[in-house]
Amino acid sequence: MYKLLREAEGEGLERLHSDLLIWMYTKMLEIRRFEEKIEEEYRKGLIPGLVHLSIGQEAVAVGVCANLRDDDYVIGTHRGHGIAIAKGVPLDKLAAEILGKETGCCKGRGGSMRVAYVDKGLLYSCPIVGTGLPLAVGAGLSIKLRKTNQVAVCFFGDGASNTGDFHEALNLASIWRLPVIFICENNMYAISVHVKKSTSVENISDRARGYNIPGFTVDGNDVIAVYKIVREAVQRARNGEGPTLIECKTYRIVGHGTTDPGIAYRTIEEIEEWKRKCPIDRLRRYLIANGILSEEDLNRIGSEVEARVREAIKFAEESPYPSPDQVAEYVY
Amino acid sequence: MYIRGCTMREITYVEALNEALREEMRRDERVIVMGEDVQLGYSGRGGLFLVTADLMREFGPERVRDTPISEEGFVGAAIGAAITGLKPVVEIMYADFLLCCMNQIVNVAAKLRYSTGGQLKVPIVIRTMIGQGRGVGSDHSQVPIAWFMNVPGLKVVAPSTPYDAKGLLKSAIRDESPIIFFESFLLYRTKGFVPTEEYIVPLGEADVKRKGTDLTIVAISTMVPCALSAAKKLKEEFNIDAEVIDPRTLVPLDKKTIINSVMKTNRLIIVESGVKTCGVGAEIASIVAEETFDYLDAPIKRVAAPHIPAPASPALEQLTIPSENDIIRAVREILQG
Ligand SMILES: Cc1ncc(C[n+]2csc(CCOP(=O)(O)OP(=O)(O)O)c2C)c(N)n1
Ligand SMILES: [Mg+2]
Repeated sequence: MYKLLREAEGEGLERLHSDLLIWMYTKMLEIRRFEEKIEEEYRKGLIPGLVHLSIGQEAVAVGVCANLRDDDYVIGTHRGHGIAIAKGVPLDKLAAEILGKETGCCKGRGGSMRVAYVDKGLLYSCPIVGTGLPLAVGAGLSIKLRKTNQVAVCFFGDGASNTGDFHEALNLASIWRLPVIFICENNMYAISVHVKKSTSVENISDRARGYNIPGFTVDGNDVIAVYKIVREAVQRARNGEGPTLIECKTYRIVGHGTTDPGIAYRTIEEIEEWKRKCPIDRLRRYLIANGILSEEDLNRIGSEVEARVREAIKFAEESPYPSPDQVAEYVY
Repeated sequence: MYIRGCTMREITYVEALNEALREEMRRDERVIVMGEDVQLGYSGRGGLFLVTADLMREFGPERVRDTPISEEGFVGAAIGAAITGLKPVVEIMYADFLLCCMNQIVNVAAKLRYSTGGQLKVPIVIRTMIGQGRGVGSDHSQVPIAWFMNVPGLKVVAPSTPYDAKGLLKSAIRDESPIIFFESFLLYRTKGFVPTEEYIVPLGEADVKRKGTDLTIVAISTMVPCALSAAKKLKEEFNIDAEVIDPRTLVPLDKKTIINSVMKTNRLIIVESGVKTCGVGAEIASIVAEETFDYLDAPIKRVAAPHIPAPASPALEQLTIPSENDIIRAVREILQG
């Protein structure tokens, strides 16, 4: 664990372009601040339904999406705000969607768990656990038949790796050699069930072997490590070398959803330990240690991000709800 | 044969479906076919019942894909392909196996357009076969048409003749909504005339298969030929003149044709080979009761399968599929009443 970042903190490792690092830092911070605000909105009663935050897991979405073009496809999950932001969904459209407003990216019809923004390649976020994996396979099939060199990326949780959809999708992607990258966000829990209780293997990436595809486990709180391993998978996919399964070990330091205090099935010590592994703080330290950004720069980025998030939330709050006379639009 | 300006050929229901697939694959390279055994099947030509015959030979294995037995997985994949530029036609070998991919059909395909505020379209056709009538038993003989009518976002098609099968499958492939397309084993070998020239049958239009004045029989899928032969007997033996309507598309349903007919005949029977409880007939009866109650001179009757799983034994199975006599009995009941 932490190998790449530790190596990088030392020397000898190829330096990533500093613009990319700054982009990754900014995006992770944007996700964190955005979700903190979303939680506030939820407490104010402004958000319908269920809200699942990805606080603590930001490095996965950002490290993955840093490798993608706008026309690459992504399928997200119920815990999908971070994925959406990393793939380029504008904050205001995302916030408005979560609040159920007409100005949302899905015109308020999808809500927090079903964010889609086709302009930036985010096809859908699947709140039925596991369901997104076959969709990504299909997107991969379409890429292959249309002979573009896009890739399709599917995010899913540790819990999802026990669905039939996971196994059917990996087999299909393998036999058809499709440009699909399966990203497992292993945050160790499916609601309250620990992964050890539910899963037959030590590492979820071990399952790749059963489908004859490459599988890797990476420290999911190390954005550089995630970025690099995904970069190789994307290259393989674009070269026609088929799918990859990448397991990113991470942790949600908040509850499963906004109704879950998140402490009945895990210890405070465990949560505190993972807070210390915060992916954003780690990249921040790295940026300073390598002289890429100063404290001042970082603080400026911080306040810019906060302003953007504030604007987005304001936009969402002030936006109108969909008009009742349009409730039956978009059925067919 | 020559009808209304076009030459006609007599072909089977299976051949009609096969022609529709071939023509649409030639017309639009985005159309692909996927499912179990679609490439070779028993004959080596494609499909267990030859619906996909010779397609692989013409279009190759990329566009005509054999899948593993992963209904949920390959239907999900077809949906993923549909939202990214292809037009997949998926074969589910028996309608019962739709249950193995119910999640992808109902929770994903039917919802994507709505939940994304219209960003996505899901142009996918899921063809399947009602296996009833050949002793294949409880989990190979169900008629789950009504289950899918209950899901907003899906269209449901169930043709009964070669003409309709071909024309409707072509329309279904050109449509941009997810469609469940019910075929029927008992209809596969039936023959009928289709034009030599290209044609389509639009979705959402019922067809009056026989004109009549005394009562309306709405018959679904497998039951249409049966209703027509019952109507013939009713005329010959009892001088009862039944109008027979095949809705052809259950969603969207052509209510108007049914309602107009009932306003003329004042009596309605609905015949389906699926279970009566919450069946297609229940829905059509409710619509007619809601919209034309004043025109009814007799109670609406439903002729449908009893609430029993399909038995394998032929002696029992035939009791679970409505017969010509069941229809005749129901008609005489409401005309005497
Ligand atoms: C098929 C299905 N079963 C159950 C649920 C309820 N549910 C929502 S999230 C969740 C846990 C998912 O765990 P995981 O895949 O690890 O993702 P995480 O929530 O940890 O991000 C469950 C059980 C669901 N949405 N879908
Ligand atoms: Mg989890």
